[in-house]
Amino acid sequence: MLAEGDRVRVKLDWPETRGPCHIRTPHYLRGREGVVERRLGSFRNPEDLAFARPAEERDLYHVRFDLPAIWQEADASEIVVCELIEQTYLLEDETSAGAGDVIVVELFEHWLEKLA
Amino acid sequence: MNVLEADSEKLLEAVLGLLKGKGVVTPEEITARIASTDSASPAQGARMVARAWTDPEYRALMLRDGTVAAEAMDIPMRGLPPLGVLENTDEVHNLVVCTLCSCYPRAVLGYPPFWFKSAAYRARAVRDPRGLIAEWGTTLPEGMQLRVVDSTADYRWMVLPRRPHGTEGWSVEQLAAIVREGDMIGVTIPSV
Repeated sequence: MLAEGDRVRVKLDWPETRGPCHIRTPHYLRGREGVVERRLGSFRNPEDLAFARPAEERDLYHVRFDLPAIWQEADASEIVVCELIEQTYLLEDETSAGAGDVIVVELFEHWLEKLA
Repeated sequence: MNVLEADSEKLLEAVLGLLKGKGVVTPEEITARIASTDSASPAQGARMVARAWTDPEYRALMLRDGTVAAEAMDIPMRGLPPLGVLENTDEVHNLVVCTLCSCYPRAVLGYPPFWFKSAAYRARAVRDPRGLIAEWGTTLPEGMQLRVVDSTADYRWMVLPRRPHGTEGWSVEQLAAIVREGDMIGVTIPSV
């Protein structure tokens, strides 16, 4: 079980590429690092519930992420590729999140890897 | 024919018949649920907010357990996802979105406004949150932290806004009347 203040990484996994699925972990958080705010409780795993399969209870956590960092981590090589494809998007659609702004998201335990 | 192509009234009748026939729900429970769905509106959440502004014990309860706090105001919550309440303070402003679909605390806020479900709102709330709320005329004081809450799973979230200045001595009813839907989503701030 995770505790308040634990640093975690959201799994960099894309079950969508392997077949039909129902995932409650937003794409923009896959592979991102955050901090556990608190445990919200245990809930039946929606990934099974959605397909009427037996669904065991899993711990659900509120996890906090630095918001500007989610959109500003692209390295130089990524930017070159993106500029070729969607030049105006990158130039004009910067995030308006300010320093210190955060995003808090409900994530299930099986999507979180504890960091040292 | 699949379910999506079925005549909706016939489908409803068939499902209701099965639910009643198998004893899953009683006709009284269905009537009660229809009544509670019809009565759900932002006015319910506003009653909670106004009471929290005037009753510190209720405020503490609301922040600890939104479901129990709603039930204490006779808002039916049985069988619904747990309600979490996000407190706006002098330092923090909360904004609620569901980027994956349209999760919304319907028992206390009613049906979501059309824009809450739009792709534009859902995308901009996480990428361009300050630009987004500026379109409602909402500008946060310098130094105030914005906390975007993406409602992705089993909780439903509402914002407890700050009580505006100029409302000293107001009754709970007067206070409830100034709390709007957007104030409890976080796109606006109550004002007088």
